[in-house]
Amino acid sequence: MLKRKAIPLLIALSPLGVGAVALFWGAYSVQPLLVAQIMASKILGVGAVGGDLPELAIVWNIRLPRIVLASLVGAALSAAGVTLQGVFRNPLVDPFILGLSAGAAFGCALSVAFLPALPVQVSAFLFSIVASFIAYGLAKHQGEVSRLPLVLSGVVVSAFFTALVSILKFLVDPHKLASIVYWLLGSFSLADWSAVLAASVGVGAGGLVLFLTRWRLNALSMGDEEARALGINVERDRLLLIASASLAVGSAVSVSGIIGWVGLMVPHLVRMIIGPDHRQLMPYAMAAGATFMVFADTLARNLTSFDLPVGIITALSGAPFFIYLMNKGSRESWGR
Amino acid sequence: MIQVRHLSFTYQGMKTPVFHNLEFEVHPGQIMTVLGPNGSGKTTLFQCLTGLWQPDCGEVLLDGASPRSMPRSEVAKRVAVVPQDHQPPFAYSVMDVVLTGRAAHIGLFSSPSRHDRLVARQALATMGVEGLADRPYTQISGGERQMVLIARCLAQEASTILLDEPTSHLDFRNQVVVLSSIRTLVGDKRLTVIMNLHDPNLALLFSDQVLLLSGRGTAAQGPPREVITKENLQAVYGLQVEFLSGNGLEMVCPKLG
Repeated sequence: MLKRKAIPLLIALSPLGVGAVALFWGAYSVQPLLVAQIMASKILGVGAVGGDLPELAIVWNIRLPRIVLASLVGAALSAAGVTLQGVFRNPLVDPFILGLSAGAAFGCALSVAFLPALPVQVSAFLFSIVASFIAYGLAKHQGEVSRLPLVLSGVVVSAFFTALVSILKFLVDPHKLASIVYWLLGSFSLADWSAVLAASVGVGAGGLVLFLTRWRLNALSMGDEEARALGINVERDRLLLIASASLAVGSAVSVSGIIGWVGLMVPHLVRMIIGPDHRQLMPYAMAAGATFMVFADTLARNLTSFDLPVGIITALSGAPFFIYLMNKGSRESWGR
Repeated sequence: MIQVRHLSFTYQGMKTPVFHNLEFEVHPGQIMTVLGPNGSGKTTLFQCLTGLWQPDCGEVLLDGASPRSMPRSEVAKRVAVVPQDHQPPFAYSVMDVVLTGRAAHIGLFSSPSRHDRLVARQALATMGVEGLADRPYTQISGGERQMVLIARCLAQEASTILLDEPTSHLDFRNQVVVLSSIRTLVGDKRLTVIMNLHDPNLALLFSDQVLLLSGRGTAAQGPPREVITKENLQAVYGLQVEFLSGNGLEMVCPKLG
């Protein structure tokens, strides 16, 4: 009984714990006590820390925005993963596999390279929603979407948009190319408060809708016909959920680049612990997504003397996880 | 109550309708069984009754109103469906599955309330399976699943229930258990039930009316004993059959060779 209550509580509180560690652990070591003092003075206005301390700038202007941004992106990718897995009745899809991320990447690259007038966020959102509907349309057969075709069409859409990104990379001028390439690897190294602000609008709005509609996913995941018989306007609800997921993912990708596998791994792990009821699953997956992303990013910062792109860390852990899922019993993961 | 007038449906690309000019009424407290070979339009009829598919002509009235003219949530408050071959992608608990029956009563941005949970729990109790509430739905037996799905229809609080082959995956005993509890439920709660069956003997035992579909228009309809006859079954299924009787029961048997 203790265990049943303790583990969910641990997941819920984990973003704070990991965030706190990430604040003082880094290339420039800051004493935990000093971190606490800085946070107290900045947030609560208690005590004063000298304005010219380098630690103040490192903690408040570099590490904290980076941690907040990583949390937002992790929560967004994880919430989108939960939603897409529920809507498509498929535990193997995530924003990355379904092509949303690749679509958003193309939107961002297009905006950076050739259309500076189009805000990166908007462009990322538009192309991620285009990508998800192409993948969905390709997989739809006689009104129902089966699991394997959906994963395959996601692969096709991903490959297509990745190819489009390659064309852009080929055409763009070399100065912009470097920033596009680095950004595609997925990284939080350029995080600052303005990036946090930019991401929080889309992630907040999309995430709020996904959070509020989470119980619907239980009924929607029963399949289109059954959901209609239960009284659900399937087309409208599905459109709303996919659009909200795309908004959250598009906003996340526009500040962090492509970070794969989070939306697949985190919902799976949390489902194993919390159970499949989306009413519980969604908030815990959001918290765990934030934790995982901050954790992975802190590793990326500290593992080597370089600031490794965090996308490399998630991909390195995600690929074996996917293989594990595939082997774990075809019935459970692939189903029918 | 469900009323059907002049209902016809033709599949895309087909010249002749799968059923033509169907007329029937099923009243509260009654069970109508739909019999017919595979492809004779039994499931199609259900799609028309719930308003999911548009018939060529004719109308369906659920408590006096057409399902095509109301939002899905209103249809769901009048008619609930037990689907054939039900397989959710995640191992939801039985309670979570029954709660999805409340979807028509719960807003898009809301979650089930205390009242919704109570209704779901009572529905499980009515079907005698409240002990299963916390079990994973994917791990209970086929007979238990049918009971849970019927409980979900009760939680939906619709006066009409459609069951698509409720006995198809059940063993000999569970077929009888499930149909008996439907029979009891219909009497107690004055529900209107339409179900598809394959076994004419179960139809004889458990229905008030029978609709026999042939895939080429209606073959016959009326009280079970008048519809399930040697001539009708031979005409529709193309199979020689024999009737056996004894102890006040009648049974259909296929005649071999």
